[in-house]
Amino acid sequence: MLRPTTIEDLQAAVREGGRLLPRGGGTKPALSTPTEGVTPLDLSGLSGVLEYNPGEFTFTALAGTRVAEVQALLDSHGQYLPFDPPLADRGATLGGTVAAGVSGPGRYRYGGVRDFILGVRMVDGNGDVVYGGGKVVVQLHCAALQETMQALYRVYTARLDVDALDLAPETDGSATLWVRLGGLPDALPARAERIRAMLGGGDNVTGEREAWLWREARDFAWAQPDWILVKVPVTPKRIASVETLHATSLRRYSAAGNVAWIASPESPQSLDGHLSSVGLSGLMLFGPPGHARLGIRTGQAVERRVKEVFDPQNRFSET
Amino acid sequence: MNPHPLIESLAGIYPEGRLLIHPGELASFESDGLTSYRTRPAAVVIAETQGEVIETVTLCHQHGVPFVARGSGTSLSGGSVPVKDGIVIALNRLTRIVRLDLTERIAVVEPGVINLDVSKASAASGLYYAPDPSSQQICTIGGNVAFNSGGAHCLKYGMTSNHVLALKAVLPDGEVVQLGSESVEGVGPDLVGLFVGSEGLFGIALEITLRLLPRPEQYQTVLAAYHSLEAAGNAVASVVASGLLPGAIEIMDRLAIQAAEAAVHPNYPKGAEAVLIVELEGEAEQVAEEYKRLEVVIRDSGAYEVRLAQDEADRQRIWKGRKSAFSAVGRLSPDFIVQDGVVPRSRLGETLAEIKRLSQQYNIRVANVFHAGDGNLHPLILYDGREAGAHERAEKLAGEIIRLCIRLGGSITGEHGVGLEKRGYLPEMYGEADVDLMWKLRCAMDPKQIANRGKMFPSGASDGPQAARATGLHPLEREGIISRE
Repeated sequence: MLRPTTIEDLQAAVREGGRLLPRGGGTKPALSTPTEGVTPLDLSGLSGVLEYNPGEFTFTALAGTRVAEVQALLDSHGQYLPFDPPLADRGATLGGTVAAGVSGPGRYRYGGVRDFILGVRMVDGNGDVVYGGGKVVVQLHCAALQETMQALYRVYTARLDVDALDLAPETDGSATLWVRLGGLPDALPARAERIRAMLGGGDNVTGEREAWLWREARDFAWAQPDWILVKVPVTPKRIASVETLHATSLRRYSAAGNVAWIASPESPQSLDGHLSSVGLSGLMLFGPPGHARLGIRTGQAVERRVKEVFDPQNRFSET
Repeated sequence: MNPHPLIESLAGIYPEGRLLIHPGELASFESDGLTSYRTRPAAVVIAETQGEVIETVTLCHQHGVPFVARGSGTSLSGGSVPVKDGIVIALNRLTRIVRLDLTERIAVVEPGVINLDVSKASAASGLYYAPDPSSQQICTIGGNVAFNSGGAHCLKYGMTSNHVLALKAVLPDGEVVQLGSESVEGVGPDLVGLFVGSEGLFGIALEITLRLLPRPEQYQTVLAAYHSLEAAGNAVASVVASGLLPGAIEIMDRLAIQAAEAAVHPNYPKGAEAVLIVELEGEAEQVAEEYKRLEVVIRDSGAYEVRLAQDEADRQRIWKGRKSAFSAVGRLSPDFIVQDGVVPRSRLGETLAEIKRLSQQYNIRVANVFHAGDGNLHPLILYDGREAGAHERAEKLAGEIIRLCIRLGGSITGEHGVGLEKRGYLPEMYGEADVDLMWKLRCAMDPKQIANRGKMFPSGASDGPQAARATGLHPLEREGIISRE
């Protein structure tokens, strides 16, 4: 296990050679547990917010910084990360969130993690420090660099006086729909009423229980700890094909039917086959190492070209 | 470089009339929205199918001849200016809306589809395509994708990149790839995000899957007039600090207002040094509450006149003045440079003061129009190209403004792209290693560097377009058919 505490150490570790697997808080074990012959590269020693500018709604932090630490800082200025970073309360780091490309329920309304990154400084596979992106809200047109080692994160969001509430209409008993609204408090009751009318019912959930519900969703507290957990991008029409999968699995659909989170007792190989057969891709968060990506893969020709530029010697392992 | 064997091959694909090689036919393709640059290509092909585009790119790769993809040619950074002796692939006839799925809220379109036509096609279902460049009546989705185009309402909804879900593209070596999916979420690196904004250097998009949004139920458009530009700038800071996220926040200064009045008569308040346009949009109840808050902020900001759009026609009148501002400046000056830079919002006041000082120092008039909500400036530098040295001095001033943006921690472009115009500034914003990495990426995608050669990266000795200058408005602009943002 390597644990650099300076950028120079990190560069040296990469230049040293061998196959490396970066690791932050280890909250997504399927992505951070190394396979045979791969050395874990622990980035928790590269932690801390370097700069925070509340007036510009931007901050810069090292990749090993825990999301929860950032959230506490932002909260002190009435700001927050609207894409609801998953697993924050379990210790997820910014670097891990970006590298995995995972967002929570709020991504439906405000955009996903990728939309909030304004610039990235990183160590590439040659051990060189490079920068991509800008520092202001509107960007120079540049590649979105996701394979991060050390990242700069800037956030652009304004928090209104949020007084959220949820609606839980009972459908046929097999599924529950949760709708979260946020906005100016005086407008919320009327807006919620319109949704209730549209759905033909539903109860308000507020206060502690409301907060607990969404925390539970963000942290996957509903998923069995010894099952696999897989993110599958879908569209509302594709939900039916996900529902044909393993009957004993648990499914949560997020972002208005754009993401299926599947918790399942089956093996990664079996789910991989299922996803391929219906033309979907998956990213495994919980489960054994060696199966980060399941199902079909698109854009491999471009991905290969990008990889050759950023990591020509194939230092960084996918798992 | 001898393109002729290539042209012979192209003649095997394109019938007469769709392969242009005579100087008279090529003339209208020599320039784009950045009218001060002009280059003659060897040939223009007018493709009608995706297959023809793929074949053409493959042939260009085989012959090592550069090509430039072109939609309506509205680029303001010279992004679609031809490469000397290269091929222009005109995409205006690839206008199929391949699929419109209104329940999934997506549109799959070919690159020649005009931006506004996507919204028109989905309007009956209450949906629209959100990014709204001022040229949206004529600019194409292919060009929007290449330059990650913005628009006034991108403050709330994001740029083109935030609305492209998937792409089918031909890479510069002829390989056809499929990137992304119809979901807003993905797995693995964001390859669609990599392609969008690559300024034509990574190939040509053939089919673009766009996200559609429900049209806002309600708009509330506020026009506030100020006695100073600084006061309008400060009002923006107050609106943002109040926690509101309007659909758009725009500022025009006295000179820009004067131009708009002369061209399209929006009837803005008399005597204003600056006008601020703030548009709230969304659910009716929410907009009503937001307006209560906005009203207080604007009242306290020192506006001497505040107007509220009374109906849709009134709203359109307010926007017409703003959206036609660039071309309208042609009424004040025979030539002008449209600049595009970004500064942190908190440095807006300082930036405007410095632009004013530079304008006085150079004795060159500068009109200011900007997307104030995200710090994206569009200074319009007015000059007369017939005066000896005037263009050079105007360009020098434009350069000083761009360096100012870099110095204040901003960007050399907000939405027009680097293109031909700003390639010299890329190394001033980025370090050597950063530019080197971008270049390697370019070479990995395009080993022979034939796709839009000479754009974005600082010119080498041989690869830069040998641009000759022209003056005056674009002929279509003069006729009021196209306008710039």
